[in-house]
Amino acid sequence: MEIIEIIGAVVTLIGSVFILLGSIGLVRMPDFYNRIQTGTKASTLGTMLSVLGIGIIHLDWIGKIVILILFVLMTNPISSHVIARAAHNIKVKQSSRTIVDKLEEETK
Amino acid sequence: MKTKSIIVSFTVFITTWFIYNNTLDLIVLGTGVVLSAMAALLFCRNCDVFCEFNFSLSAIFYTIIYWFVFLGELVKSNFDVARRVLTPSLPINPGIVEVKTKLKSKMARLILANSISLTPGTLTVDIKDDTMFIHWIDVQHEDIEGATQAIVSKFENYLIKIYG
Repeated sequence: MEIIEIIGAVVTLIGSVFILLGSIGLVRMPDFYNRIQTGTKASTLGTMLSVLGIGIIHLDWIGKIVILILFVLMTNPISSHVIARAAHNIKVKQSSRTIVDKLEEETK
Repeated sequence: MKTKSIIVSFTVFITTWFIYNNTLDLIVLGTGVVLSAMAALLFCRNCDVFCEFNFSLSAIFYTIIYWFVFLGELVKSNFDVARRVLTPSLPINPGIVEVKTKLKSKMARLILANSISLTPGTLTVDIKDDTMFIHWIDVQHEDIEGATQAIVSKFENYLIKIYG
């Protein structure tokens, strides 16, 4: 019982570390597109691990936890894609370090 | 074709309902059956996305392999983000590149685009037929062939075997 609680707490902690790194990325990245990149990846694995840690502690919740994880896994990339696409459509400015933009050339 | 779509979506809905409620109570299960059937009949009648599932043995085998490949990439992408964020010089080289996919099925393209969004340093910005526009945080190949090889091919090989 004790060991399971410790394992669950560690998994949740690792998840929160990933979310913390993603948040630092949001502050440090130079433009919108790079920010959404760090946001998508870190929040997906971070949320999955945080919720999974709770599932390990309360084993009878594991079914619901799996549904939650699948839901996050399927919807998170879609929402990031839609936000990035909308941003590109209204021509949100890119960082000066950007070296190529094929989509801009395509829509010209 | 439509029947398969309704059956698959009904199975997904009722399984979700069953796991979520976690009970064998007949009233709860009956409500779930009615609601799942209504949702499946109303919303999945005209959508052909669920028809593309393939339940052959090799497809299931490759789906399991795909999950492991994908989860490995997801973990790798998080360490990649961590490394970039914590390096003081912020090693990024961003740009939007164009890649081509050989996949025909809608479901396979959806899964491919989602997987690309969750792999190291890439994000799907737009899809036009078989062309995808990918925001790449560290552009290594500006040409279509090189970018396709680097981003798409690791997933495409498995998805072609699953969805044909």
